[in-house]
Amino acid sequence: MRHIISLLLENEAGALSRVAGLFSARGYNIESLTVAPTEDPSLSRMTIVTHGTEEIIEQITKQLNKLIDVVKLTDMTEGPHIERELMMVKVRAEGHDREEHKRLCEIFRGRIIDVTDTTYVIELTGDSEKMDAFLDALGEKAILEVVRTGISGIARGKRAMHV
Amino acid sequence: MELTGAEIFVRCLQEEGVEYVFGYPGGAVLHIYDALYQQDEIQHILVRHEQAAVHAADGYARASGRPGVVLVTSGPGATNAVTGIATAYMDSSPLVVFTGQVPTHLIGNDAFQEVDSVGITRPCVKHNFLVKDVCDLAETIKKAFYIATTGRPGPVVVDIPKDVTSNRCTYHYPKEIRLRSYNPTTRGHTGQIKKAVDLILSAKRPMIYTGGGVILDDASEELVEFTRLLGYPITHTLMGLGAYPAEDPQFVGMLGMHGTYEANMAMHNCDVLIAIGARFDDRVTGNVEKFCPAAKIVHVDIDPASISKNVKVDIPIVGPVHDVLRQMLRILKKTDRRPDAEALAAWWEQIEEWRALDCLKYDRESPLIKPQYVIETLYRLTGGDAYITSDVGQHQMWTAQYFKFNKPRRWINSGGLGTMGFGLPAAMGVQMAFPEATVCCVTGEGSIQMNIQELSTCRQFGLPIKIINLNNRYLGMVRQWQEFFYEKRYAMSYMESLPDFVSLAQSYGHVGMRIEKPEDVEGALREALAMKDRLVFLDFITDQTENVYPMIPAGAGQNEMILV
Ligand SMILES: Cc1ncc(C[n+]2csc(CCOP(=O)(O)OP(=O)(O)O)c2C)c(N)n1
Repeated sequence: MRHIISLLLENEAGALSRVAGLFSARGYNIESLTVAPTEDPSLSRMTIVTHGTEEIIEQITKQLNKLIDVVKLTDMTEGPHIERELMMVKVRAEGHDREEHKRLCEIFRGRIIDVTDTTYVIELTGDSEKMDAFLDALGEKAILEVVRTGISGIARGKRAMHV
Repeated sequence: MELTGAEIFVRCLQEEGVEYVFGYPGGAVLHIYDALYQQDEIQHILVRHEQAAVHAADGYARASGRPGVVLVTSGPGATNAVTGIATAYMDSSPLVVFTGQVPTHLIGNDAFQEVDSVGITRPCVKHNFLVKDVCDLAETIKKAFYIATTGRPGPVVVDIPKDVTSNRCTYHYPKEIRLRSYNPTTRGHTGQIKKAVDLILSAKRPMIYTGGGVILDDASEELVEFTRLLGYPITHTLMGLGAYPAEDPQFVGMLGMHGTYEANMAMHNCDVLIAIGARFDDRVTGNVEKFCPAAKIVHVDIDPASISKNVKVDIPIVGPVHDVLRQMLRILKKTDRRPDAEALAAWWEQIEEWRALDCLKYDRESPLIKPQYVIETLYRLTGGDAYITSDVGQHQMWTAQYFKFNKPRRWINSGGLGTMGFGLPAAMGVQMAFPEATVCCVTGEGSIQMNIQELSTCRQFGLPIKIINLNNRYLGMVRQWQEFFYEKRYAMSYMESLPDFVSLAQSYGHVGMRIEKPEDVEGALREALAMKDRLVFLDFITDQTENVYPMIPAGAGQNEMILV
């Protein structure tokens, strides 16, 4: 099963490598990992997307909790939540493709944020499925470059993760 | 008043009540050595190799229960310490290891004697720190001791750049420390404990299985009371020996790969397993698919990550062993419910049948020295009143099997990492902690050579350790596996060109003895044990082909033992 694990970490040098090292040392899978500072400068927020059986996910959360730099941990997938990632795609935009890509971009509620006479850069946010669908729709031939941030997650409703 | 980092370092250690620092100097830690030189509260023990410094501190910690402290220089000093740190980590031993580092402005420059100590040690420490500002030094040291000694103990590395030790800051040592991200459990969950006691009392074929956690938490007394009150059989892991007196009939011996037949059979057939401070290591479980097939399992451990890691348990209890046992005892003493006497009697009858097989029997008539006999004799002559360290191999298993550990913290060995070279330096730490005690290091001619240089340290500090070298001229445990599983192709397991250990010991200023006949074993041991102020190296020339029995081959079930 796919799980989204959110962490609040001490904003210390090396905290990221403790988490990354744990995953590689114990052979856990990481689909994506994002990390950035929070409103509290002493904390960073990390979102990890991982796969595993219930036993493995239990071990992952226990092992993460054991790291001294981990202040709080939530498995987002245990409740209603929202996940988003940001993607930027550079596409070939020539001839009638220019119109076609623009239309596609509108359908997916993306934005064109850079234009040359032969290319666009399109910005899109959403969950991973939407990103994948958009790339499919563009088609391999049109795509010059893709960059994705990986998933960030937050719980729906009043439940909030803070210290 | 402003102090230098080096002075702050010394003050902090004094504040922590540190008696001994085990270490080795070098460029990056010279300011610290200079500060140590100018005081006499803390004694520095100069080893001959940094690995030994860590094992010595580890031995000190395991025997005394107090944290061991290490000081090494940057680069090779730190890398040499890594094996020791990993050894302590695997056995949850509380250490604080200080590594020197190149000055902050050179970090990342491939400077002389620079390694990323924090990076290298990260996977084998409980936590580590790089101190970049002298004003953070005192608080970091406080945190290091706090983390190393609380919860599930473990080694903590503090990496200190040279300029941090010469820069100045106002000294203040915090009395207490709180970390928002680290709050080890201090009490077991009452509800879970009640459920567990219910299950424990309903058992027909109960089994108590305990590990190093009982020793680390000093919960032996509670465990003994609990076990006697219930009248259940008890077994220990290699790391748990001594928690319950081995001479007591309720103790059925060690379990696992080289455990007794009765312990492993009782494990395999029990209906309720009470696991306390043990972690279901693969050397204990064998094939997990076949592990305790009929048992409901209660598991008490301070570390939630140890619970249901290898074997799914029915009633998990996270908490310090002593607290959980006390809570259980309180309930047991209040309730009128008692274990099912009839079922228990039948269970004991079955266990006695297994025990009657006498799985630890060996040839007592042999003209060669049997290693088992040496250990038995050592036990008899010391009356068990000794601290025993060991290295890794057959001699380690024989010691675990034939020396009856009746008290906790007396058996000191590298169970988790299995580090050859652990025994002698660990014995040094034990002897420092208990200068008057009899301290023996049981070793093999392979293992002892991994840290033999420490004979020099023992000379310098007058450590009267008794080295019991079970010299079989083989890397015996390797040879045994080759005999069993590789059709006797003894690849590189024969020890050639051995030194003359007697004259080697003598050249370091110690006493050396070679013992070649069974009838000389007792006399030599008596003589050595009587030499209270000398290190004696006893080189026992033992039967080369002796194997450790019983044995559960890797991947087999607990009921699939190879007997003699
Ligand atoms: C540092 C290290 N290297 C290799 C091993 C693998 N190993 C385990 S037991 C053993 C043989 C030990 O021989 P010896 O010390 O003579 O003891 P014996 O088994 O003969 O009693 C070896 C090589 C180890 N445990 N540790």
